[in-house]
Amino acid sequence: MTHILRPTVVSPVRAFLGVVTNRHRLANLLGKVVLYAILMAGAVLVTIPFIWMVSSSLKPQTQLVAFPPIWIPDPILWQNYPKALTALPFARFIANTLIIAVGATLGTLVSSSMGAYAFARLRWRFRDTVFFLLLLTIMLPGQITMIPRFVLFSKLGWVNTYLPLIVPAWFANPFFVFLIRQFFMGLPPELDDAARIDGAGVFGIYWRIMLPLSKPVLATVALFSVQHHWNAFIGPLIYLHDLEKFTAAIGLRYFVTDTQVYYSLQMAASAAFTIPIIVLFFVGQRYFIQGIVFTGVKG
Amino acid sequence: MVAFLKTNRQREAMYGWLFALPAIIGFVVFDFGPMFASVLISFTEWNGVTPPKWVGISNYEEIAFRDDLFMLSLRITTIFAFVSIPLNLVTGFLLALLLNQKIRGQALMRTLYYLPSIVPLVAVAALWRWIFLKRFGLLDIGLAMIGIQAPDWLGDPNWVLPAFVVMGLWGVGGGMLINLAGLQGIPTDLYDAASIDGANAVQRLFNVTIPMMTPLILFNLVMGIIGGLQVFVVAFVMTAGGPNNASLFYMLHLYRNAFEYFRLGYGSSLALILFLYIVVLSALVFRSSTAWVYYEGHR
Repeated sequence: MTHILRPTVVSPVRAFLGVVTNRHRLANLLGKVVLYAILMAGAVLVTIPFIWMVSSSLKPQTQLVAFPPIWIPDPILWQNYPKALTALPFARFIANTLIIAVGATLGTLVSSSMGAYAFARLRWRFRDTVFFLLLLTIMLPGQITMIPRFVLFSKLGWVNTYLPLIVPAWFANPFFVFLIRQFFMGLPPELDDAARIDGAGVFGIYWRIMLPLSKPVLATVALFSVQHHWNAFIGPLIYLHDLEKFTAAIGLRYFVTDTQVYYSLQMAASAAFTIPIIVLFFVGQRYFIQGIVFTGVKG
Repeated sequence: MVAFLKTNRQREAMYGWLFALPAIIGFVVFDFGPMFASVLISFTEWNGVTPPKWVGISNYEEIAFRDDLFMLSLRITTIFAFVSIPLNLVTGFLLALLLNQKIRGQALMRTLYYLPSIVPLVAVAALWRWIFLKRFGLLDIGLAMIGIQAPDWLGDPNWVLPAFVVMGLWGVGGGMLINLAGLQGIPTDLYDAASIDGANAVQRLFNVTIPMMTPLILFNLVMGIIGGLQVFVVAFVMTAGGPNNASLFYMLHLYRNAFEYFRLGYGSSLALILFLYIVVLSALVFRSSTAWVYYEGHR
């Protein structure tokens, strides 16, 4: 209508609109450019320390300190890795860590899933009260129980053994109980009924129905647990005193705080210690992220 | 029939307790019991070998009046927490906003930002000790190249805490991931509705995104407080509390008293005070949350 009645007015309006959309497009484009610039710069910043770690780990000692820094060592000293990893019995440390990680992870899978089953599927008095108390301990900072636990384990004569690091895992981890329980709650109760009609008992339902259907959450728990025990520091530091009983984490600390050790060897040991965790992350990425997301969003 | 039901119920209840038993024992023996024990131990003087001696509140008196390192470590830990936690919270949130945009290489970017947060803390400490090295560290070299005379990060009492903050920021990817999950959980129809009402991007951010994210921000804040006040591994490995006690984090002070000077009673008093501090700060945050956290369905 405007077009017909006042054609002269229309064209400036159209022109104006055209400029606005162009400007809009320009602003959008500019926004995109800024967005990419920020993200790229940030990505470079967070990645540089990794590159520096690997680069330093492959350097001869003479190229460690240089201005400007040398990124690609020449020659590339692969032998830094075997050198660093045999300077201390790291193979032994890694075996020790795996003994603890596997022992504790098995324990927490069994005991936490049992607890989860009791809280998700069975009816018993005080169930919700017990569950609530258990949830409270998730918030309980570790330092408050550290000393009494140490007293307990030293009374049992377990200091300088792996038992203080493995046995508690066999008595369920409240956070894992919660995680698995939430998963169990999502499984249709009709499955239990069907199994019951087929003659399955309480244990049969847990073992043949719930556990096989819960592989994703059990994988998440296993990943978290292995990661936790690989990284664990203060526990092994307090309980393990003999060098040959050390875990990789405290062995690495021992190695990198030794002022006689060159930074290239320190970085080789650190990288060797980090790589398994990164591999673990990529292998189990799906379960890993699910777990973290669940922790934050629904926890 | 009724009798049959009753026995069935009883059987189920028995199984309930049975399945929850590991979790209950774990709760009593490793959490609840130690918590109470730590209160008792805190009133004693005890090296863990000879019998404990009841000393009343003298540990607390020493903390309040004679232990200069207590106030120092509390101050250091608090300052670090009050700078580092909000900084990480905001950065993690902004990063998630940016990485939630439709961009090329989104998955790669997210992975790059996330990876530092899974590097084991011992390795983080080893790597950053090398990066922060005076003059020859990567950071000082980098700053020198753009003409900035860098401080002696780990050797200068005024710069050691900022160094810890910078290093902490490297691990911001963990918070980013949780925020990202939260952002993706916001129903798109809320944005559609806002757009129809004429809200622009900034208005949508402040009136939809941020209110919807406040529960998650609260969660991250509380978790940040619990973790931030318990910093140990990085300080233990990187600076051992130095220089001149400038990075003597609270947990380091606690660890030394309990496990280096074998003062289990005194260590327990320190642990309880830190615990109360965490509880009070978290309670304050929860208190304040009614004013700024938006819960859907509680309009």
